[in-house]
Order: sequence, then C-alpha cells, then structure tokens
Amino acid sequence: MPERQISYREAVAEAIKEEIARDDRVFLMGEDVGVLGGAFGSTKGVYDAFGGERVLDTPISETAIVGYALGAAMAGMRPIAEIMRVDWMTICMDEIVNQTAKMRFLSGGHPDVALVIRAAAEGGIGLGGQHSQSFEAWFVHIPGLKVVMPSTPYDVKGLLKSAVRDPNPVIFLEPGVLYGVSGPVPEEEYVIPLGKAEVKREGKDITIVAWGTLLPKTLNAAQTLANEGIEAEVVDPRTLRPLDIDTIIDSVKKTGRLIIAHEAMKTGGVGAEIAALVQERAFDHLDAPIKRVATPDVIIPVNRSLERLVLPQEDTVVEAVKSICS
Amino acid sequence: MPLTKEALLNMYRRMLTIRHFEEGITEFSRQGLVPGTGHVSIGEEAVAVGSCSALGDKDYIISTHRAHGHLLARGADINVILAEVLGKATGCTGGKGGSMHLSDFSRQILGTNGIVGAGINIAGGVGLAIKMRQTGQICLGFFGDGAANRGTFHEGLNMAAVLQVPTVFVCTNNQYGLSMPQCKACGNIDISARANGYGMPGYRVDGTDVIAVYEAVKSAVDRARDGEGPSLIEAVSYRLRGHSMRMDQMPGGSDYRPNGEVEDWAENKDPLKIFRSKLKELGYINEKEAEQLDAECRQLFESAADFALNSPEPEPETAFTWIYAPEGVK
Ligand SMILES: Cc1ncc(C[n+]2csc(CCOP(=O)(O)OP(=O)(O)O)c2C)c(N)n1
Ligand SMILES: [Mg+2]
Repeated sequence: MPERQISYREAVAEAIKEEIARDDRVFLMGEDVGVLGGAFGSTKGVYDAFGGERVLDTPISETAIVGYALGAAMAGMRPIAEIMRVDWMTICMDEIVNQTAKMRFLSGGHPDVALVIRAAAEGGIGLGGQHSQSFEAWFVHIPGLKVVMPSTPYDVKGLLKSAVRDPNPVIFLEPGVLYGVSGPVPEEEYVIPLGKAEVKREGKDITIVAWGTLLPKTLNAAQTLANEGIEAEVVDPRTLRPLDIDTIIDSVKKTGRLIIAHEAMKTGGVGAEIAALVQERAFDHLDAPIKRVATPDVIIPVNRSLERLVLPQEDTVVEAVKSICS
Repeated sequence: MPLTKEALLNMYRRMLTIRHFEEGITEFSRQGLVPGTGHVSIGEEAVAVGSCSALGDKDYIISTHRAHGHLLARGADINVILAEVLGKATGCTGGKGGSMHLSDFSRQILGTNGIVGAGINIAGGVGLAIKMRQTGQICLGFFGDGAANRGTFHEGLNMAAVLQVPTVFVCTNNQYGLSMPQCKACGNIDISARANGYGMPGYRVDGTDVIAVYEAVKSAVDRARDGEGPSLIEAVSYRLRGHSMRMDQMPGGSDYRPNGEVEDWAENKDPLKIFRSKLKELGYINEKEAEQLDAECRQLFESAADFALNSPEPEPETAFTWIYAPEGVK
C-alpha cells in the first residue's frame, strides 16, 4: 500500500490532536485557532475534536497569550500557544525572553515550564515587510529556549509531538509557504527527538546545511547540481537550539566544503553561528571558505518579482555551490 | 465572619516582621552587603498582609519587584528570603535571583518579577490552569500603579474576564512609579474604575487599613472561588522610602517628592501605627505587649541575619544550572 500523503498543515493539526488526546494537561490557545482552525488552517479540526475547553480562541493579545500560557504551565498545564506569525512575537518578546526562558533559573530550578509557542514564519507569498520574516536567530540567542523549525510534513508532526512532551519551553516555527506541501506521514504514532539533524541527501562534494523554505529549494538545487556532476550532501538541522553540530561537522569532514542556506537575513543569522562553530571544530578539514546563502539585509517587498529577487532561490544555492566547487 | 483577636494579632505580627526585615536590609544595603538593589515596601505592609490573609493555604500568588512583604505575609521562610536578598547559596534561588526573584513553590508563591507588569498575565494564566484543572484554588496577582499603565494590564485583565479565571488582581497604588507621581501618569487616577471596562468588579480601598484590605480581597477571593471570575482591587497606600535601596543612597535620589509629603504620611498614615492604635482600641494589645511583639519581630530578623550572613556563597558551577530541565525529566 502506498504511504499516506498529507500536507504540512494537516500534520501540524494531527500532532496537536494526538497530544491533546494523550495528555489532559495539553491544550491549545491563540488567535483564531479554534472555530476557524487557524489563520493558515494549521489547527483545522482540533476544535471540532475537543471543543472550547481545550481549544481557546483568544483576543488579539500577544502578551497575554504567552503570559497566560506560561502561568498555566507553572501551575501544571502543558499549553500550546500560537502566535499567528513570528513577526508578532516581537510584541511578546518580554514574555518569551525575560519570563518564559528564564523562569526555571529565576525560580530556583523548580517550576514546570513546559510550553510550546508556535508561529508561522518566513515569506514567499507576498505578505510584505511585517508578515514575512524569519526570526529564528532571535530565539537561538536565548539560553532557556529550544528552537525547532521543521520543513517536511513528516518532520513537523514528529517534532511537534516531542516539543509538547519536552519539559522546556520550545519555540516552534512553521514556514508558512510550506503549509500546503504534502509528503508521506505514516498513520502510526511516532516522535522525532529534538536536537537531531537529518541528512536529507547524501553527497561527497559539498555540505549544504539548510532549513525552512530553503530546504526544499536546496534539495532541488542538489538535483540540478547532480546532473552537472556535483554531489551535494544536504543536512537539515530541524532543531536550531540545541543544534546538532556533530552531524554537520561529520558531513563537513567528509566533503571539505560548507554552505549554510536560510531565508533569514544574512547579518546575525544562524548561518553565521554555524560557520563559526565549523571553523572552530573542523578548520583543517575545509578546502574552501564557508559561504552563506541568505536574504540580504532588506525589508521583504510585496511585489512578486522583487520578493523573488531578495529571497534566496534554488538558483542562488546552485550559484553559491559552483562558486566554491570549481 | 469578623477576624478573631488571634488572627488580628497574627496580622500585626506579620506587618511588624516585614517592617523589621526591610529596615534591616536597608541597613545591610548601606553596608554594601546586598548585591544590586532591592525595593522595600515600608508603608505598604497593610496591602501585603491584608491581601495574603484573605487566601487559603493552597492559593497561589504572583508578585512584583517589591515583594519581600508578600513573601513574608504568605509565610515564606524569613531565613531563606534574607539569604536570597544577600545572594547566598541558601537563598530560594541559590543566590542567583536576588531580591527581585523570590519564590517558594511549597507555599504556592510562584515568583516575583523584575519586569514591571509582567506578572499580570502570568497570574491570569495560573488562574486559567486552576480553572481547567478544577482544583478550587485561586491566584492573587500583585502589581503596582506604574504597572497598571503597561499594555499587559489591559491584555491581562481583558483576557481574565473573557476566560473567567479565578484570579484576583491587587494593585498596590503607592502613588509613585519610580519618580513618576501616579497623578501625572494616569488620566484618571482611579485604577479600580477601569475594572468596569473589562467586565469585572473593581474596588478601591484604603491601603493603609489592613482590615479594609482584607475585607475587599476576601470578597474578591470568595467570588473567584465561587466561579464568578476575576476582580480588580486597588489599595491606595504610600511608599515611605525611596524607589529602591540603591536609589535612596544616591544624592538627590528622592528629590522628586513635594516637601513634607513623606513626613506627613509617616506621621499620619503609617499602616503599622494605625493598626496598633486599632488593636489598642479593641483592647487586644497594650503598650507593653506591643513593645514585646516589636522586639520579637526584630529578633526574627536578627536570627535570619545570623543565618544569612553565615551562609556560604554559591558554588561557581551553579552559574550553569537550572537553564534547562535536567536530562530525563519528563
Ligand atoms: C517594563 C519595565 N519598565 C521599567 C522598569 C524599571 N522600573 C522598575 S520598578 C519601576 C516603577 C514601577 O512602579 P509601580 O508599578 O508603581 O511599582 P512600585 O515600584 O511603585 O512598587 C520602574 C519604572 C522595569 N523594571 N520594567
Ligand atoms: Mg507604585
């Protein structure tokens, strides 16, 4: 029998449903997550399955969504809070950074701070400057948080289930442009541990570390490159904090070349961190300078061709590879 | 049910304990024994004790940067709290949190906060958990008049009313947010009046009268426990000392107050003086007993000081713990 195919958004909703059913401490809260099923449809069916007791449609109050989720976690619940888009996590950065991330430390190591804060991230669908950003680096910078950014339906389901079960706060970023993409997801229950990268394609000539929307673009680029005789190895970290640097280092030791590809802005992006770690630990294995493929430091425009121009595309990856593989 | 003599004397004892604790740490701060700073609540003891006396043993509190009084009113261990203020290993956060980050999870004191207004949402969330788990507890969330002007106040109170959580919001209006007089920070100084806009009851009480505070909070607590949702209480009092111990030691650190204002409140509206007169009037205490109680509470601080000053410094490796849950914790 062919394996079941479902979309990324369906995989998100399925993970949430399974976790709410599994553990009566788990509940979902956020703007439009209930009756509507999420502004991007990623919680469709959850309200129908569990009703208003476990699925709370909240007012447009980002600080309260995260603050309430934190308070509920401290008093024994396991909330899944949705901020519609990562762009608006700027509004509740205090609740995320000063409160949630530090609660364990500042409370003597005691409290339960098990909550997941989910948001759609990245651009590519013409939503413009305040609806298209990739802020994973902001959260990777914060001790106390875990940061997960899955790129396939299979990964998002398994990782979201692990995030809900994790005793730490997890920032869970879902590339909006991938919600409609389908892939194989088994009917049986499974989880994917946080902090484990996956080699998505094997190759011997160059390592490309890519996540978010850049993962599918990079896999396409790798196919194009293979036709031209360059075998790229593609590593998806999936979790950005804690980062599975060992898997990346192992790959670099094999290939001798590294590109990091992400949609977030280049300056201060997670790519810079990975480049620094690799040169600290595998400098002698590098045959070429490390390159980053990222969005230049601009504001994401709405116009289709301008947006396409600034966001890294498949051919941006191909060109970057050729520049260090000739 | 009116408060018994025993209950009232107990409340007085707690207020005195807070006063001695905070006078003691102010002196320690002058001697350079307190890392960073600390915010004392001298003049606001009636709000802490009146509010906490209205709670049951299992109820939660969430508090602010000015929280020693809330912890002591709730029965937290004075030794552990003092050790934390001094940054010692025996403190509730092993010396890593200090005066602004106090907690006692065994007494449902889920923590105080260095960010003004951040506790309001957390207190609402604790209420949400109580409601979902149907445990019959309530959560009391303290915050200041300054915090009431943050957006979290609006989001947190509205959300509380929408979700009908059993949280009682207690605003200690000590009339200043740092140097900013409340009358210059609010278009309408009556913070309790905002409750109506959120669809919850609001009460404004004299925060120097511990019994008045107790009664207002008790009725809000009873209401929340009966499933009738949140309330807002504004207790008007006065901060008799500077904003923080550190600022009080700075030249000009208290110059923003009108001449004579502090002296007037200290003379006429000190909650301890008011309560002592009341207890005498009721015949519950005489001058000699009052002095004896005062000495006992001073002694409590002295022995806590012995404990805290002789406590070890935290071990260096503790700087790296409690950032994530230990491996294996589910
Ligand atoms: C969000 C935030 N802004 C500013 C500060 C600095 N600060 C600490 S306490 C304080 C005054 C708070 O006033 P209020 O809420 O009335 O509490 P009080 O100090 O009077 O107890 C300020 C401005 C802070 N800690 N957090
Ligand atoms: Mg104030």
